[in-house]
Amino acid sequence: MPEKTDALPDAPHEDGVDRRGFLKCMTWAGTGALCVVQGGVLKSYSLSKTPKLTPTSGELSFVQISDSHMGFNKPANPDVAGTLTAAVDKINGLGTPPEFILHTGDISHLSKPDEFDTVDQILKGASAKKVFYVPGEHDVLDDDGRQYRERYGKGTSGAGWHSFDKKGVHFVGLVNVLNLKAGGLGTLGGEQLEWLEDDLRHLKHSTPVVVFAHIPLWSVYPEWGWGTEDSAQALAYLKKFGSVTVLNGHIHQTMQKVEGAVTFHTAASTAFPQPQPGAADSPGPMKVPAERLKSILGITDVTYRRGTHSLAVVDSSLA
Amino acid sequence: MRIRVSTGMLLLAAAWPLALLGACVAPATASAQAKAEVMAVKIDNFTFGPAELTVKAGTTITWTNRDDIPHTVVSAEQAFKSKALDTDDTFSSTFSTPGTYSYFCSLHPKMTGKVVVQ
Repeated sequence: MPEKTDALPDAPHEDGVDRRGFLKCMTWAGTGALCVVQGGVLKSYSLSKTPKLTPTSGELSFVQISDSHMGFNKPANPDVAGTLTAAVDKINGLGTPPEFILHTGDISHLSKPDEFDTVDQILKGASAKKVFYVPGEHDVLDDDGRQYRERYGKGTSGAGWHSFDKKGVHFVGLVNVLNLKAGGLGTLGGEQLEWLEDDLRHLKHSTPVVVFAHIPLWSVYPEWGWGTEDSAQALAYLKKFGSVTVLNGHIHQTMQKVEGAVTFHTAASTAFPQPQPGAADSPGPMKVPAERLKSILGITDVTYRRGTHSLAVVDSSLA
Repeated sequence: MRIRVSTGMLLLAAAWPLALLGACVAPATASAQAKAEVMAVKIDNFTFGPAELTVKAGTTITWTNRDDIPHTVVSAEQAFKSKALDTDDTFSSTFSTPGTYSYFCSLHPKMTGKVVVQ
């Protein structure tokens, strides 16, 4: 990571730790920002000034994409297959090829077989062949996720939760889009929480942990359902770890928060943007001028260097 | 021949009042059916409109999704459940039993509505 590179002198003043210790790192439309958290301090760098990284031993690099909504065809984006393909091109153009891809859900728009097929086909063009998934609420329509699990559930438990290890980093995929209650938020449920406690029990506290789930595991904006009602219990199980990175989707915009040893990050969609919390009547697809669309869709590149405290999380837009 | 024609005409003549009677009866039946109403709920902008609807027992409610994102109509007590409704899709349910029926969108559970059946 560019430890010796200077932060931009004209970086927005929102960068850095504010008085309450919360950090926000937003990718502004039309720019790509590299947000590096090291030792709890956030620095912002323009992507164009960041040197290309060469893989070194003990380094792990992967990409998160989210909310491809294959099958969506309304004015906010009539070509979601095209923008997903642009995301794959972006992945393939990264300086450090990612080892795998995390898809944080809403793969499809209407849980239709041909929608899932199309995403599978497009992702086959990515340099990283292995993709790990968690479902979004659009992936489990009408069948409580049966089709989702048939396609992506191999090696998972329950509704599709699972964990795996890569280069000393422990990854946990959680499902918080099933059994949603009237008036409620995302939910993990007792069975999954028990599994999570058990899954984390024997890990060393120094193991970096990455948790990925569709709906944010922190309270981004409850009025729009942007939160998970029982995530506090999950975070309690994660409290013992020195480095936790939570990667979510669902809100179709990048947002970041750091709380102690936990960095929360949401990804942009590859399909269509949604309004910032409270900036519109409802969280529906946000129409922007066609030439601006790709600048507010994007991918997230994540790198871990063994021995460092935190993972570096980089958002880049499709254009 | 004349008798047959006459019979035929008599039959025809006899048929006329019945036909007229039928024509009179049909509209009356249609209006009686119209009273067992169909009420509409529009789904738009992540909202059920009207959010609360009071109807007579026997009413059928039709939900129509006018939003640019799919929604569902799911009874909180599992009394009824729609498939995912894309834009312009509809879902209907007939409410025969009086009571209060809370429902929500299972994709966006903050969207809630209520049907009161009297």
